[in-house]
Amino acid sequence: MNKILITIDGKGYLVESDKTVLEVARENKIFIPTLCNLQGIKPQGSCRICTCMIDGRMMTACTTPVSNNMIVITKTEELDKLRSNIVELLFAEGNHFCPSCERSGNCELQALAYLYKIMVPEFDYIFPNRNVDATHPKIILDHNRCILCKRCIRRKKEAENPTWFVFKNRGDKVQINFDHELTADFDDEMAQKAMDTCPVGAIIRKEKGYDVPMGKRKYDKHPINCDCIKCKE
Amino acid sequence: MAKKITIEPVTRVEGHGKVTIHLDDNNQVVQSRLHIVEFRGFERFVQGRPYWEAPVLVQRLCGICPVSHHLAAAKALDVIVGAGTGDGLTPTGEKMRRLMHYGQMFQSHVLHFFHLASPDLLFGIDGDPALRNVIGIALQHKELAVQAVMMRKFGQEIIKATAGKKVHGTGAIPGGINKHLSQEEKDQFINGADPLNIDKMIEWSHGALEFFKGYHKANKDLIDKFAAFPSNHVSLVRKDGALDLYHGVLRGIDTDGKKVVDDIDYQDYLKYIDEEVRSWSYMKFPYIRSLGKKDGWYRVGPLARMNTADFIPTPLAQKEFEIFKAYTGGKPNGMSMHMHWARLIEILHSAEMMKELLNDPDLYSGELVTKGTKVKEGVGLLEAPRGTLFHHYRINDDDQIEMANLIVSTTNNNEAMNVAVNLAAKQFMNGQTEITEPMMNAVEVAIRAYDPCLSCATHALGKMPLEVKIVGKNDKVLDRKYKNDD
Repeated sequence: MNKILITIDGKGYLVESDKTVLEVARENKIFIPTLCNLQGIKPQGSCRICTCMIDGRMMTACTTPVSNNMIVITKTEELDKLRSNIVELLFAEGNHFCPSCERSGNCELQALAYLYKIMVPEFDYIFPNRNVDATHPKIILDHNRCILCKRCIRRKKEAENPTWFVFKNRGDKVQINFDHELTADFDDEMAQKAMDTCPVGAIIRKEKGYDVPMGKRKYDKHPINCDCIKCKE
Repeated sequence: MAKKITIEPVTRVEGHGKVTIHLDDNNQVVQSRLHIVEFRGFERFVQGRPYWEAPVLVQRLCGICPVSHHLAAAKALDVIVGAGTGDGLTPTGEKMRRLMHYGQMFQSHVLHFFHLASPDLLFGIDGDPALRNVIGIALQHKELAVQAVMMRKFGQEIIKATAGKKVHGTGAIPGGINKHLSQEEKDQFINGADPLNIDKMIEWSHGALEFFKGYHKANKDLIDKFAAFPSNHVSLVRKDGALDLYHGVLRGIDTDGKKVVDDIDYQDYLKYIDEEVRSWSYMKFPYIRSLGKKDGWYRVGPLARMNTADFIPTPLAQKEFEIFKAYTGGKPNGMSMHMHWARLIEILHSAEMMKELLNDPDLYSGELVTKGTKVKEGVGLLEAPRGTLFHHYRINDDDQIEMANLIVSTTNNNEAMNVAVNLAAKQFMNGQTEITEPMMNAVEVAIRAYDPCLSCATHALGKMPLEVKIVGKNDKVLDRKYKNDD
């Protein structure tokens, strides 16, 4: 594979030419925030949180392939403000009540909100009227918390067919949904996998919650951009 | 001309309430009411949520005693997941929860006695309002203020070690607990540098009791006669009649001490307790069914527990219990201000219990959770700092909560607080042509004795405004006065 030169935050890297900016950043332990991105699955660039300044333009790092002499800036005041707005808009658009959510401490959206110091509302919150689908024996879909990142749908589509999850409805009524027949044989392990693909608390396992004590949860002591050795492993 | 006096908000209590006092043409009190002006709605919005969320969700009712709600909900869910009622958990599960609960009881009682109630005792009901608060205590009784802060800190650290954080943790889960205590935490609590170790806490608890007893000796009239009245009393007691704040059977006694309800499995509480709704308050009025709405109201909390329990299963608190009981010759004690005395005995008991539990090996290893055959409905009761706390949930086939009924400790004391307000109002306001600040504070002192948690912890410090309106018969405001009005 040809090696090309790109510059990230002022430092040059010789990288393989078939990578995306995000992949190169990850390989070199450079933090770029993500939400809809799931490693190993084709990126879709829908959440825009990974937006970086690439050759002078704002572009999503997850979908932009590297090119020779590319200059990438991952962090500026303007980018942080953009990302902070994206995160808060997601909060404003759903019903995210962290205090009682069992993903609290393990939630990527919450971790990003802490990272960008979202303390007081900047936007009007919609408080949409959404339901909780608890009809499945192993998992619950809490549409209040769904950010429509499509990770649950894309993951299964790519790994093996048919999919467990699909979108239903259109526009602002769109929701994730599961196929009851195809997920009828879900065991605990599959339910856990489904839950793990979700960056928030929209897909949760039944009758299992809060069993990881505070202090031991993923982001309790290490922020999402933590650069300690353990987090970078 | 008849008058209506409104005290709003009532200060140095948790949450917001107001008092209205109606005076007739001769300035005699004809009616006094404590109104709870907040609406919370937890019973409604918990519906549809997965049941295992309840202990974490409903504890947001309060910032002072969230552990009580957390544990009462968890106890109800223990029943639902088939782990039995209270005694069905693993030793680790039950003892960790108990430690959390006694830590909570300790810090909450300390908060109430030192921060909220002691200013009235140390500066007098008619003391300067500028001093008669926790800041005044810090300025003039520094040693006491330091004890208050450090004792509260100790209790909060116990909660953090068992629940994950000091306020609104996640320790209790249906069927048990999610962590052990570590040896480091044990060492810290038992051998920590003064004053943050359990022996110091026991010593200080004892000191606070001695302080109160000394005060009582010098102020018998106030402590014995202020807002004193007979009533029924209800609490949980251990099966053998011992004081047990975490688990037991329901016992109710009447004004003579006769057991009108005894040895009741609280899963059946609805057979014995009912609630009445009155149009002027968001807080319901519970009563013992067999005694009826009129005579069935009761008191809960520290005073009630001293009245219902036969003994206290820790040595130092038992000695104090005997002195307390001897004061009324073993008869039920109806003196509202003795609530403080009872509360201080419970602080000592909680400290002793924490020491016993911290030395128990079950806290440091063992199974955390147990489950059995799931059922659709469960009730969880415990003795919260302010009294018996009822949580009742029913779930549907999809594991969502479809019904929740909470009878919060303060709700149980609703009628009793109204009686106390009425007595204080009559004692201090009957026949008076001018209503002064100390008179209004006297009414608040009567409420404060019950340590009501009117909602979550939203009380303010220092110069909280107190508004008094004098209203004519046609509801026209004739005069308006503010306490602390600059």
